Amino acid sequence: MLTYLFILLATFAVASAVATVLSRSTVTSALFLVLNMVTLAGVYLLLKAQYLAIIQILVYAGAIMVLFLFVIMLLNVGDEEPVWKQISIRLVAGFLLGTAVLAQLLYAVASYTDSLPMIATAMEDVGQVSAIGDVLYSHYLLPFMLTAILLTAAVIGALLIAQHRAQPKSRP
Amino acid sequence: MISLPWFLGLSAVLFSIGTIGVLVRRNAIIMFMSVELMLNAVNLSLVAFSAHLGDIHGQMLVFFALCVAAAEAAVGLAIIIAIYRNNLTVDITKINLLRW
Repeated sequence: MLTYLFILLATFAVASAVATVLSRSTVTSALFLVLNMVTLAGVYLLLKAQYLAIIQILVYAGAIMVLFLFVIMLLNVGDEEPVWKQISIRLVAGFLLGTAVLAQLLYAVASYTDSLPMIATAMEDVGQVSAIGDVLYSHYLLPFMLTAILLTAAVIGALLIAQHRAQPKSRP
Repeated sequence: MISLPWFLGLSAVLFSIGTIGVLVRRNAIIMFMSVELMLNAVNLSLVAFSAHLGDIHGQMLVFFALCVAAAEAAVGLAIIIAIYRNNLTVDITKINLLRW
């Protein structure tokens, strides 16, 4: 049962990733990316990481993708030509490089298959919110606080970069 | 339960699709979304290792990676807006001021 669920989720994840890369309209691309995030959250649930699955939907599919869609609609970028109509040396080279990366990664995974760990017995309660909170507020307290500073700095930086600077007035 | 190499394989496939997206597309926003795809793939492999080792620290790493991804998305989209304001395009082949 779980295996079929994994196959279904993996198919959806790969298909929506391909659609993200290939689709002509930027909005469609962003919506397929949302689908990809949601299926990945499903895979996290299969791995018993409930907290991360919820955070994935809240932060990625909720916050970050809304930011993306907002910027896309703000910029009002039109559709492009489909990718397969603009075949060039660049596209072919990019595809070959990507395939090389995939081959390397799969080779690395496949060559260590024997020594990979089996499923840990302790994993049942690892992904629970309470377990995460325990570690987050004890062992990782300082990085957690630094995250707040990082996010504040990012918001201020984003505002500074994106603001529309008025022309400086000539002073008498 | 599915064994670990399947999750790592899915992660590798998603990462490669993201790589191809960055290399092939010319729209800066879609390139940025492909980078998010690659980040997600790495997160998936971290969660898979964490669940299979029974170790919570991998999930904490994913948590902090999510925070950094949120910050990165905010700043990156601000940069895209600034570029668009100057060039009136997000096509990276037309943004070639510093190109030889």
